[in-house]
Amino acid sequence: MKTFRLGGVHPAENKLSAGSPIREAALPKQAVFSMFQHIGAPAKPVVQKGDVVKVGTLLGEAGGFVSAPIYSSVSGKVAKVDAALDASGTRRLAVYVDVEGDEWEESIDRSTELVKLSERPELDAKTIVEKIKNAGIVGMGGATFPCHVKLCPPPGCKAECVIINAVECEPYLTADHRLMLEHADEILEGVELIMKAVDVTRGYVGIENNKPDAIALMQEKAQSHPNIEIVPLKVKYPQGGEKQLIDAVIGRQVPAPPAIPINVGAVVQNVGTAFAIYQAVMKNKPLIDRVITVTGKSVKNPSNLMARLGTPFQQLIDECGGLPEDTGKIIGGGPMMGKALMSLEVPMTKGSSGLLIMNKKEARRSEPDPCIRCAKCVSACPMGLEPYLLASVSAQHDWETAENNDIVSCIECGSCQFTCPSRRPLLDNIRLGKSTVMGIIRSRAAAAKK
Amino acid sequence: MNVILIAVIVLGGIGLISALILYVASKKFAVHEDPRIAQVSEVLPQANCGGCGYPGCSGFATACVKAADGGSLGDLNCAPGGKAVMEKVAGILGLQAGEAAPKVAVVRCNGTCEARPRVVEFNGASSCKIQQMTGMGETMCGYGCLGGGDCVSACLFAAITVNPQTGLAEVDESKCTACGACAKACPRGIIEIRPAGPKGRRMVVLCNNKDKGAVANKACKSACIGCGKCVKTCDKFEAITLENNLAWIDPEKCKMCRKCEEACPKGAIRGFNFPPRKPKAETADNAQQAAAPKAEAPVAAKAETPATEVKQD
Repeated sequence: MKTFRLGGVHPAENKLSAGSPIREAALPKQAVFSMFQHIGAPAKPVVQKGDVVKVGTLLGEAGGFVSAPIYSSVSGKVAKVDAALDASGTRRLAVYVDVEGDEWEESIDRSTELVKLSERPELDAKTIVEKIKNAGIVGMGGATFPCHVKLCPPPGCKAECVIINAVECEPYLTADHRLMLEHADEILEGVELIMKAVDVTRGYVGIENNKPDAIALMQEKAQSHPNIEIVPLKVKYPQGGEKQLIDAVIGRQVPAPPAIPINVGAVVQNVGTAFAIYQAVMKNKPLIDRVITVTGKSVKNPSNLMARLGTPFQQLIDECGGLPEDTGKIIGGGPMMGKALMSLEVPMTKGSSGLLIMNKKEARRSEPDPCIRCAKCVSACPMGLEPYLLASVSAQHDWETAENNDIVSCIECGSCQFTCPSRRPLLDNIRLGKSTVMGIIRSRAAAAKK
Repeated sequence: MNVILIAVIVLGGIGLISALILYVASKKFAVHEDPRIAQVSEVLPQANCGGCGYPGCSGFATACVKAADGGSLGDLNCAPGGKAVMEKVAGILGLQAGEAAPKVAVVRCNGTCEARPRVVEFNGASSCKIQQMTGMGETMCGYGCLGGGDCVSACLFAAITVNPQTGLAEVDESKCTACGACAKACPRGIIEIRPAGPKGRRMVVLCNNKDKGAVANKACKSACIGCGKCVKTCDKFEAITLENNLAWIDPEKCKMCRKCEEACPKGAIRGFNFPPRKPKAETADNAQQAAAPKAEAPVAAKAETPATEVKQD
């Protein structure tokens, strides 16, 4: 069975909510829409206090090419446009909407009937990309990179295949798994749409073989889509990394930055993104909700919720049996790459794939011991880097050595820290080094332009 | 014998020719360096802290000599060396040392553990920069001191420490040379290099929170809420400006009247090195106490006087 070649680790899977079907989360009383739900320029609010909005009304327009518009997921009145605490842990501009009723924009088709691409021959690549762009779709695996940017390859690059990331290698998370079991047909239509948008005839869906039911179902459904191949993959973290997935599925390795996947002919999209694209193009529904896994060992009812964006996390936890008493840490995302939250007022955004509640014992990070030079981190690194070195030079603020050792190639998967027998905070330091070095590179490029 | 002689002559000849070449080269390609640079360099503290804005002490020495050729040392000042060193430098260069106002680093945060409750716990690598990357740190204030000690490790003079009781960085004024390394190291820009003021007295807004009043107040009891009371109090001197919900005192304009300190409802403004102020309520008591002995004294005197008189009689 296929997998990527370098490094990788095997964290305990803990997919507690795999058996729980997706249910609709209740509407919040007040929804908060951060204008920073994607990578790139923030959205610009186009509504004011007192404006009446419906589900699907534009709240913020895209602030540039690498940006995405933001739509209201509830109907009601705009309470204020003000800073709000978001998952990044900082206060940033957001639109607050007081919810009244549940009225939808007329243009949205709310029927569940499947619309096939073969029934809509008038859709060409340009229309599809335009619709995706206008719907505000971003990468839903967590990176939140505006989707249309990936579908417009830079000049000189030609996509050869589309790879759908249905790996869900993060422990605990089951949102993509459930989505495949319940919306397989829509996802496959979404894949067809992406393939048409970038004009390729080959599509792959990579699924780790810890989800045999999803693999079987997708394979059965894919029989009517001869261009799409379902690729079962050997379980290994971080297979969901874009570069790791390309290596696993088509055996090509993306060179170090600034090279991007399109340089090896691959366009990678998340399975959740494929579903959102289907809804945007065929049903005219902008990105206003998504599946989120609310889980944790002490949570009463680990579940997968179809929740509206802007719902405060507190409410989602309440729907799954409330906050356990021994809560030690609440993480937005999965345990490996997610980010601990400051507060439960934080609203759900386009990139919220999971909400993990760790108990006090799990949350505690043990005291680090000195590095014993075992090089476990080196063999675990999926990018072939030397984490112990990058971490120590970053801690010493030796940015030059860090840059020379390709710190910008780090994908921040945390395999090094996970595997370290001395429990050293390797990734903490590498992240600091990476962001500093990237800042240095950017300012150097800006100076060269002048 | 002959062989030895030839060897001596040949080697001696080579030596002489080489010496001649080296002599000519040293005259022809001589690089003239002002001897004063080395002299100035010698009196500098050699801390290479960069506080003067030049790369190390030798860079500063070169700059001093260059400025001296222009006639004055201008703004050049060695912060760690202080006045004594600048006088020596001026002496070498045959100039008068300028009066540089002494400066000091000020940690503009008063969010102690009590005033600013820790809502979460950070147990990653201990560094302010890393804490800052996670967002707000341990409190709900996105501007206050993180207490990770990046400034402590940046200080070459051991003048700054993190007080475990308050969780805040504290500057030891006697050691601080105002080189500015801590201000650069702080990811939140809390540390400001300010004029130390006459007799070390100065008024400072001990807050860096630029959030709106309600949000700032919720995060920290001693945060500046941008109410503007201090600005009104200071309308005569206009030393206080309010920008982004945060007051700032201009050290050039401040007259040290300490009225703003009284006016601030949050206690965010503090005067440093002032003599302890007598609180108003107590002053009244003191006046009574002071008056009481005076009232008693004459009585005693009266009581005694007759006695003496008696004795005298």
